[in-house]
Amino acid sequence: MSGKSRRDFLKKTAIIGAGVTGLSASPAKAAPKNILSADRMGVLVDTTVCVGCRNCEWACKDAHDLPAGELFSYEDRKPMEFRRRPDHTALTVVNEYSRGKNSNLPVDVKVQCMHCDQPACVSACIVGAFSKQENGAVIWDTDMCIGCRYCLAACPFQIPAFEYDKALDPLIMKCDFCFDRTKNGKLPACVAICPVEALTYGPRSELIKVARNRIKRNPDRYVDHILGEHEVGGTSWLYLSSKEFKELEFPDLGNNPAPGVSESIQHGIFAYFVPPVSLYALLGGIMWIAKRRKELKEEEHV
Amino acid sequence: MNHESVNPVPIKHRFFTPGVIVLVIIALNGLVFLMGRFFFGLGAVTNLNNQYPWGLWIGVDVAAGVALAAGGFTTAALGHVMHREEYHAVIRPALLTAMLGYTFVAFGVFVDIGRWYFIWHPLIMWNGNSALFEVGICVMIYMTVLYIEFLPIFTERFIGKVNLPGLLSALNKPADKILRFLDRGLSKTMFIFIIAGVVLSTLHQSSLGTLMVIAGPKMHPLWQTPVLPLLFLLSAVSVGFPMVIFESLIASRSLKLRPEMHVLSRLGSMIAPLLGIYLAFKIGDMVIRETFVYLGELNTASVMFTIEILFGVIIPLRMFLSPKVLKSPPLLFTASALVVFGVLLNRINNFVVAYTPPYSAESYFPSFGEISVTVGFVAMLVLAYRFVVLNFPVISLPGKQTAQPTKYSIRGVEK
Repeated sequence: MSGKSRRDFLKKTAIIGAGVTGLSASPAKAAPKNILSADRMGVLVDTTVCVGCRNCEWACKDAHDLPAGELFSYEDRKPMEFRRRPDHTALTVVNEYSRGKNSNLPVDVKVQCMHCDQPACVSACIVGAFSKQENGAVIWDTDMCIGCRYCLAACPFQIPAFEYDKALDPLIMKCDFCFDRTKNGKLPACVAICPVEALTYGPRSELIKVARNRIKRNPDRYVDHILGEHEVGGTSWLYLSSKEFKELEFPDLGNNPAPGVSESIQHGIFAYFVPPVSLYALLGGIMWIAKRRKELKEEEHV
Repeated sequence: MNHESVNPVPIKHRFFTPGVIVLVIIALNGLVFLMGRFFFGLGAVTNLNNQYPWGLWIGVDVAAGVALAAGGFTTAALGHVMHREEYHAVIRPALLTAMLGYTFVAFGVFVDIGRWYFIWHPLIMWNGNSALFEVGICVMIYMTVLYIEFLPIFTERFIGKVNLPGLLSALNKPADKILRFLDRGLSKTMFIFIIAGVVLSTLHQSSLGTLMVIAGPKMHPLWQTPVLPLLFLLSAVSVGFPMVIFESLIASRSLKLRPEMHVLSRLGSMIAPLLGIYLAFKIGDMVIRETFVYLGELNTASVMFTIEILFGVIIPLRMFLSPKVLKSPPLLFTASALVVFGVLLNRINNFVVAYTPPYSAESYFPSFGEISVTVGFVAMLVLAYRFVVLNFPVISLPGKQTAQPTKYSIRGVEK
């Protein structure tokens, strides 16, 4: 073997290495935007005020062009007899639970996307279709979606839904915080229609103050916990309750952001492509040495 | 150069046998349900829903498919990178399995995603935070690399033998020239692709494990751990050689060839340490996170976990330590099949059994349609494998020595 070809080999290896490193700058730039604005908006849901009229369900469907039916039909209490989850026909639903402390009334809980501050769906989405907006909404670009449903698997609150019954153009569906309305200064449809002001729309930081105040003034009425203040790193939607949130079937999630572990693993494996490029160089080295050793042995025999 | 007994040739055997006809029927049955999926949507054929977004197709066709195709990169690392030429006889069959395996992984993804016509989106829409994006990109590149690695087998088959029918026969000469040009270019650059293949494999085999980490508490603690990527990589590495042995013994039986026991036994002797490392990490993780408490409960999770570890790792590990097993084709086959079964079950456990979402009304079990499609894909893969080994120089016949040049050596460093 001549010295020239050995140099050739090393040169080729170096070119590949450089090529792979060159790729590294782009994915970081292309990651979906996750803006955490200090004055992002939120909604405070006071489940002790909610009467379970389900007007919000109607307003939500109406605002999202889903078949809504007549408003009076929502007076039917039948659906409250079993637990429902948001799906592609209803982006929000109200469930009813047995009475809470110091009250004879049942507890009604509105369920929809929590609009996390560190959303798992934004982190997970293979094409980066999801994004956290400046006003707090977690929305997605339907035209990018490939329908892989990784957002469904990732969401800690199990919110996104998928149109399994459509052969063409099935959509991911979830509450979008009425982004088309809120970005123009309007209230979310559910907040606007709520007849008892169980839903309060405002800057999230203000809502936390309001919620603390309510707990302080009525310690008998509320459990001392604002759900969503710290859960999975904080959510835009916040809940007050007269019962432990576990009894209202909120998942027990802890305060670490849902995408935290997987993102640090992911970035650890890649870390500016240093580990893969090093591995490439190492394997190239082993291959060259092994080959060389073999040839030396053969030369000896000859 | 000493080429030992590596002499890959197209195997002379008829394509159709009663077994093959059964496979064709199974494949056709899968195709029928696939048509249902494309005409009426995922919901019509699968039991997937908003609670269980991923099921059998992701767990078996994709996750297990990628793992069981690991023979491609482990044998490439052994034969080409470490330059152990005595293993070259198994590299081509392993490469073919990997190439077909990844092709069917791609089919699996294609039929599972709801908006299949946008499958190319990840190529231009990047999300560096997403483990799925990383898996998708790596699998796409690696599949291309596998096809490039297979090209020399294609050129070897057709160089000097191009014989196009009818009017196309005028193109025989140019086609032959192109093949010769490809062959020359490839033999000089093949080492680039071989190393890239190994690197890409370690990357996406581990990232496949990162996939479910984000599901957090939705996944049973017996499987949910931050070291999942490492466990996935170690299990993929340890299933590589068993898979090669498994399919080599099946192929030699089906095609009436003498099993390559001298190579397979030596391959087999390397499996025990690899399985041992995997088992050590798996047990170590369980001890550190104190998840062994869940084994005390009697439920689906604890039973599946025990089966996976006992039959998929511990028993075959003990078997591979015995010289008797390494020398006997039926015992070697059994031990290898157990490892293959163990990794298959591990992927099913990780993606299906361990996934217990908080609001599920009823637990998921794959529908008849889902099972038909998965089994159909396996049948198609076996048929494709059979077709290729009957028509291309993939399987080496032991004993015959000819001066066939060994492909994929570092030709950049010629004397």
